[in-house]
Amino acid sequence: MTAAQRWRATLLSILIFLAFLLLWHLAARPAAGTATVDPAYAALVGNAAASGGQTPFPGPADVGAQLWHHVKDPFYDRGPNDKGIGVQLGYSIARVLLGFSLAALVAIPLGFLIGMSRVVYSAFDPFIQVLKPISPLAWMPLALYTIKDADTSAVFVIFICSLWPMLVNTAFGVGAVRQDWLNVARTLEVSRLRTAWQVILPAAAPTIMTGMRISVGIAWLVIVAAEMLIGGTGIGYFVWNEWNNLSIANIICAILCIGLVGMVLDTVLARIARLVSYRE
Amino acid sequence: MSLFRNPFDAQSRLTCGCGRHASQADHDRAIGADAAQARAVEGAVMRALFPQDDLRRRFIKAVGSGTALAAVSALFPLAMAKEAFAQSTGPLEKQKLKVGFIPITCATPIIMAHPMGYYAKHGLDVEVVKTAGWALIRDKAMSGEFDAAHMLSPMPLAITLGAGTSGAVPWTAPAIENVNGQAITLSMKHKDRRDPRTWKGMKFAVPFDYSMHNYLLRYYLAEHGLDPDTDVQIRSVPPPEMVANLRADNIDGFLAPDPVNQRAVYDGVGFIHLLSKELWDGHPCCAFSASRDFVTRMPNTYQALLKAIIEATAYARDPSHRKEIAAAIATPNYLNQPVTVVEQVLTGTFADGLGKVMTVPDRIDFDPMPWQSFGVWILTQMKRWGQLKADIDYQKIASEVFLATDAQRLMKEAGMAVPAGNKTFSVMGKPFDASKPDEYVASFKIRRT
Repeated sequence: MTAAQRWRATLLSILIFLAFLLLWHLAARPAAGTATVDPAYAALVGNAAASGGQTPFPGPADVGAQLWHHVKDPFYDRGPNDKGIGVQLGYSIARVLLGFSLAALVAIPLGFLIGMSRVVYSAFDPFIQVLKPISPLAWMPLALYTIKDADTSAVFVIFICSLWPMLVNTAFGVGAVRQDWLNVARTLEVSRLRTAWQVILPAAAPTIMTGMRISVGIAWLVIVAAEMLIGGTGIGYFVWNEWNNLSIANIICAILCIGLVGMVLDTVLARIARLVSYRE
Repeated sequence: MSLFRNPFDAQSRLTCGCGRHASQADHDRAIGADAAQARAVEGAVMRALFPQDDLRRRFIKAVGSGTALAAVSALFPLAMAKEAFAQSTGPLEKQKLKVGFIPITCATPIIMAHPMGYYAKHGLDVEVVKTAGWALIRDKAMSGEFDAAHMLSPMPLAITLGAGTSGAVPWTAPAIENVNGQAITLSMKHKDRRDPRTWKGMKFAVPFDYSMHNYLLRYYLAEHGLDPDTDVQIRSVPPPEMVANLRADNIDGFLAPDPVNQRAVYDGVGFIHLLSKELWDGHPCCAFSASRDFVTRMPNTYQALLKAIIEATAYARDPSHRKEIAAAIATPNYLNQPVTVVEQVLTGTFADGLGKVMTVPDRIDFDPMPWQSFGVWILTQMKRWGQLKADIDYQKIASEVFLATDAQRLMKEAGMAVPAGNKTFSVMGKPFDASKPDEYVASFKIRRT
């Protein structure tokens, strides 16, 4: 893409965003109520209800103001049920990274073993195929019942949802290493461990990284839902808490943050993937 | 009500009044708190030794009460048991506690005891944790993550009976949180449809299957000739999601705890059709609950916690404190609602959603007394709507779960008026006799048994 094209794309992005804001602003304009009520009553209800209408959907300006409010002081901590949005995101990211790392510790060695032998691969395949499509949240009641701790259950759910893509991709990547390279290693009488470390791992690395990238994306999707269920801390809890308060503006802020963090996580793994990729 | 009667008296019966006092409360007052406690322990021991009261009386008549006391003391260390029970000011077994709550005004005493320092006063470091729904609070309490929890008053009964849970765990309700304070809210589009007889086909929400809300709504509909299982749809929806659902037209109305009702008015989504006090004035709603295991394993912590709750309840009871409490609990840490909404609920001066300002000072009230008759009524409704299939001993279960004695004693210590006699009440004009639960269930035309 030339520089001029890049500029044009950026300009188009901005225009799309502005058009979206304008449409949102127009759509969210409150319907003017017609009824008039006495001031004593009006003081007890919201602005819209006082004129016979319903509280409207927040416009871009309301959300902007709310967002500024969060950005100004993201890390405050006023007790167990009231923490800043930055702290909540921190909790969520910590849970995702913990569950994801545990899953990686299990999935990558296991995937290696499975991928290196056709027999083991076929033996494990039916289990993986059955367990893989289960929605991670379906594990939640089971986890709560057996682990008896909501926080650990959330991490477990992240673990279980990150496990499968990494496992499948590692096994596939290891299994798909070109036979020529393995033959070369064998002719040179390289030990099995060294073959795994110096031939198979680099060769399978891009596929493994793809698996990890898929996993972290799923983990981030799931953590929000899991936290809405378990409550306590995290961005999912924040969304639930603001829903409790019917504060749509705050929920939109949270959605925005969730999107941004998800993008950052994905970009980081994409960067790492680029480091290990190679051209045949 | 025979807990404080002398079980060594051949004339008295452990199952009814002694006849020397006008009421049970007078009797208890006459013998004093310490003596009462000792009697309670003696009574429990004697009841365990002689399951049949008749046998006990014949035994005492035959050998004389002095000999009987000596004989029993030889078998069972009565003095030690009495001492163990009276030791309420001993060291706390556990200081850091977690208490779960649902963000509704029913939880006021549990919540406000935190910012207003009632827990700290009794040496407890309590973390009050906002929880997402009733099923979750139940599961977290049952798994031991919460030491005690805010529950709907039918829940401790349901857990004890194993209704709706994976197993029966003995549970207790040492104190009721609030009486009244619920309402039926309808969507704005029904503002000319106030007669329940015309509600066929409507969709309603209640917070939980095992809730006073569910039983009261069913009762109200059934009294107006609608079968709550076939003529309307009743769903269990977490309170925070009710207003959103009402607004989205998924439901036509709900019988819900506040501030949900007032919030629907505040946002112009619904109007208050009826306050729950018009169905049954003084009905219990939520309860402070803990497992029986917690109560027996940590008696001192339990006493301190209950004392803090009862003192907070006593403070919340005074209407002149309500504004201050509203400001303390409306913050994001607790209810996370506009202050005016909470204030309208607690003070009883509120907008009804149809343009009128109403003044109902007892819209919500706080009374910790866990009357046994409340428990029996709840059990009759569980039976009526098929949540309980087996035959049960209503009185026994109600008295095991609703711990009236502890509350009574601590209420006296907190300077609250201790209610006299057993509680009688009527629901929608129909009197309830707690001694005849089966007849009561059978007296309803619409029922599932």
